[in-house]
Amino acid sequence: MTRRIIGPFNRVEGDLEVQLQIDDGRVSEAWVVSPLYRGFEQILQGKDPLDALVYVPRICGICSVSQSVAAAYALADLQELTPPPNGELSGNLILACENIADHLTHFYLFFMPDFAREIYRNEAWFPAAEARFKAIKGSAARQVLQARAEFMHLLGLLAGKWPHSLALQPGGTSRAIEVQEKARIVAILSGFRQFLEQVLFGDSLENVIALDSAAALDNWAAQAAPGSSDLRHFLHIAEALDLQDLGRAADQFMSYGVYADQGQCLFTGGTWNGAPGSLDQTRIREDISHSWMHQQNEAKHPFDGVTLPSIDETDAYSWCKAPRLDGEVVEVGALARQVVNGHPLIRDLVAQSGGNVRNRVVARLLEIARVVVAMEGWAHALRPKEAFCHHGKMPDEAQGYGMIEAARGSLGHWLTIKKGRILNYQIIAPTTWNFSPRDAQSVPGALEQALIDAPVRDGEKDPVSVQHIVRSFDPCMACTVH
Amino acid sequence: MNRSDPRPLNLLWLQSGGCGGCSLSLLGAESPDLFTTLSAAGINLLWHPSLSEQGGADLHRLLQTIIAGDLHLDLLCLEGAVIQGPNGSGLFHRLSGSERPMRDWIRELAQRAEHVIAVGSCAAYGGITTAGGNPSEACGLQYEGAKSGGLLGEKFHSLAGLPVINIAGCPIHPNWVLETLLQIALADLGASELDELQRPRSYANHLVHHGCPRNEYYEFKASAEKSSDLGCLMENMGCLGTQAHADCNTRLWNGEGSCLRGGYACINCTAPGFEEPGHPFTRTPKIAGIPIGLPIDMPKAWFVALASLSKAATPARLKNNAHADHIRVAPGNKVKDK
Repeated sequence: MTRRIIGPFNRVEGDLEVQLQIDDGRVSEAWVVSPLYRGFEQILQGKDPLDALVYVPRICGICSVSQSVAAAYALADLQELTPPPNGELSGNLILACENIADHLTHFYLFFMPDFAREIYRNEAWFPAAEARFKAIKGSAARQVLQARAEFMHLLGLLAGKWPHSLALQPGGTSRAIEVQEKARIVAILSGFRQFLEQVLFGDSLENVIALDSAAALDNWAAQAAPGSSDLRHFLHIAEALDLQDLGRAADQFMSYGVYADQGQCLFTGGTWNGAPGSLDQTRIREDISHSWMHQQNEAKHPFDGVTLPSIDETDAYSWCKAPRLDGEVVEVGALARQVVNGHPLIRDLVAQSGGNVRNRVVARLLEIARVVVAMEGWAHALRPKEAFCHHGKMPDEAQGYGMIEAARGSLGHWLTIKKGRILNYQIIAPTTWNFSPRDAQSVPGALEQALIDAPVRDGEKDPVSVQHIVRSFDPCMACTVH
Repeated sequence: MNRSDPRPLNLLWLQSGGCGGCSLSLLGAESPDLFTTLSAAGINLLWHPSLSEQGGADLHRLLQTIIAGDLHLDLLCLEGAVIQGPNGSGLFHRLSGSERPMRDWIRELAQRAEHVIAVGSCAAYGGITTAGGNPSEACGLQYEGAKSGGLLGEKFHSLAGLPVINIAGCPIHPNWVLETLLQIALADLGASELDELQRPRSYANHLVHHGCPRNEYYEFKASAEKSSDLGCLMENMGCLGTQAHADCNTRLWNGEGSCLRGGYACINCTAPGFEEPGHPFTRTPKIAGIPIGLPIDMPKAWFVALASLSKAATPARLKNNAHADHIRVAPGNKVKDK
């Protein structure tokens, strides 16, 4: 039996350390450590409510817009404000652009380079994986950076810049789009679609979206050589390494729902544990029994949440709190979103093998196709010359929340204002859910569960199976602790 | 690349108390892309947290090799503030896989570096991480807000003889970083290329006001009153573009944007202390109806006189458009009689 500490765990956003207990070549227990505390919830206290729109995007450079949208929703909730149709469409385009760019960054720069590690040199698929996905040097990296940068021109147009825009307002967006700019948005999306169809999928977005079962995915993968597209390339490696057997957590999934469009969400919220369930935010609690926080007698709903760091707590091992829904550990992310929303391919994959490394990645790539098609629709629906922003008065005392989906899962902001100032501001980020420490019942968080049984090869210092599992969640540690 | 020394420049990139947004912004570099520009500068990326294959034990080995003096470190980039809390212990940020605070690693590595570069306002001055009561006791590499000192101290000079190079901004524009690295590679970055706050003059010698698409509204004091209005954002909406050192409106972000083009105020994010303006960010503080912060280098009496004069002369077109979110009245055409 050996205890091993892996860190810094790179190619994740922010700082991460993973501690493992290894028995007979397998992980028997895991502890996930968030080693950085900055204190945004403390910083926000006493501020003008609208100043949250300056501070919260700066919690995280990769989920910057997601943080802005969550804050804007919470502030709109306080003000009882709804944006005009243009504001909603533009907000969706901005959030979708960040989320899809993040999916792309994750797949190409963070996740795939692990298959080009030396440990795989003797695998038949290695030379192709190394040529394509080697960190920095692989042929994919430059190609993807260029496509990503051109795609993000959308954010230059719609949001001024990325990251850290102030364009997202409670009543819509600060940037009204003119008719020629709408045309430009349509052109940028068309260019990005071409990249996806030629490079990532090797097929039309519509054909990818139409895949409706695990068997259909297998058939599709077999229709062309693995080298014909990066998705097929991944599926080929996933099959060789049995990635569907790696990294299963509790299979309790949650999504807040996202991309509201005239009262309907493109991806509806809820829960899934083999059957659908509804989501009630009043049943969320944050437990701090294993966090470096001044201890409290019970887990608290975020409206009552307190963030007071304390390095001296005996059972603590992370700056991250442990959120639970109805007392249960849940997994969030693209896989959760797609299974909750009921995409037939993802429902079938989850029914067959649950949440695992392969299925998380497939769901993320499927979502790229689905969201880009939706973006095209939103862009066409923009009506230049009509309003993009509504305006309201900020009440002196109120309570509100904003719940959305960032690329890597469910993000919620809960805030209370008193005498026109922020009294309390609590944030639960996607990776807070996925990478939480143990709770008062000593139940490990989703990643801590997913790491159990991960195989360790002979002589491995930083086991590659652990690398795959951790990154399959697309963690963002900057958001996690904030 | 025509650097006289053909040896590649070793670059180590570390992150501490920040959001990672400067790295993410950097990934958006275009024409050419990030990796092409780095090779143009002859830069060998020893390690970057988001890009490198190796982590964990490999990184610890690398850091030890540099500290032992067995590997030359040309460029040390830090992104994020230096975290000193709680109670000066630095334990709010421990380098994973070690028991030591990140702060101690940074201090030690800085002594070995030819150039030390603070990427973003957090690493330069403390930035957003020091807002509120500065709960993590953060500071910049060589500054604590506008005060010289920080982690490395006022007198610190890297092996190349320069103080910390502060590429301030929240976030940085990708080309602020890449052009600075290229300038170093070309031996074009001397002390005179840095301003009083040690920012590269290449972008800090400009004002955000330069090239602002709202300049005509500014000239006639046709001011926006609410978010999404087209008018000038200085009088009511908190815009500091006439005081902020950066070239955001001549260089542009993500191909087409800037804060002003996005419809919102410049919050002067390249300046120390921007994180605590002392008033709500998007509301201009005023005394007797006159904004407290005036354009840089401008005498107050002249500003007041010119403002009232130009307000009297504001064309109806601008008055109208300033309070709309799209152009309602187009500039007139002078049609010649035949």
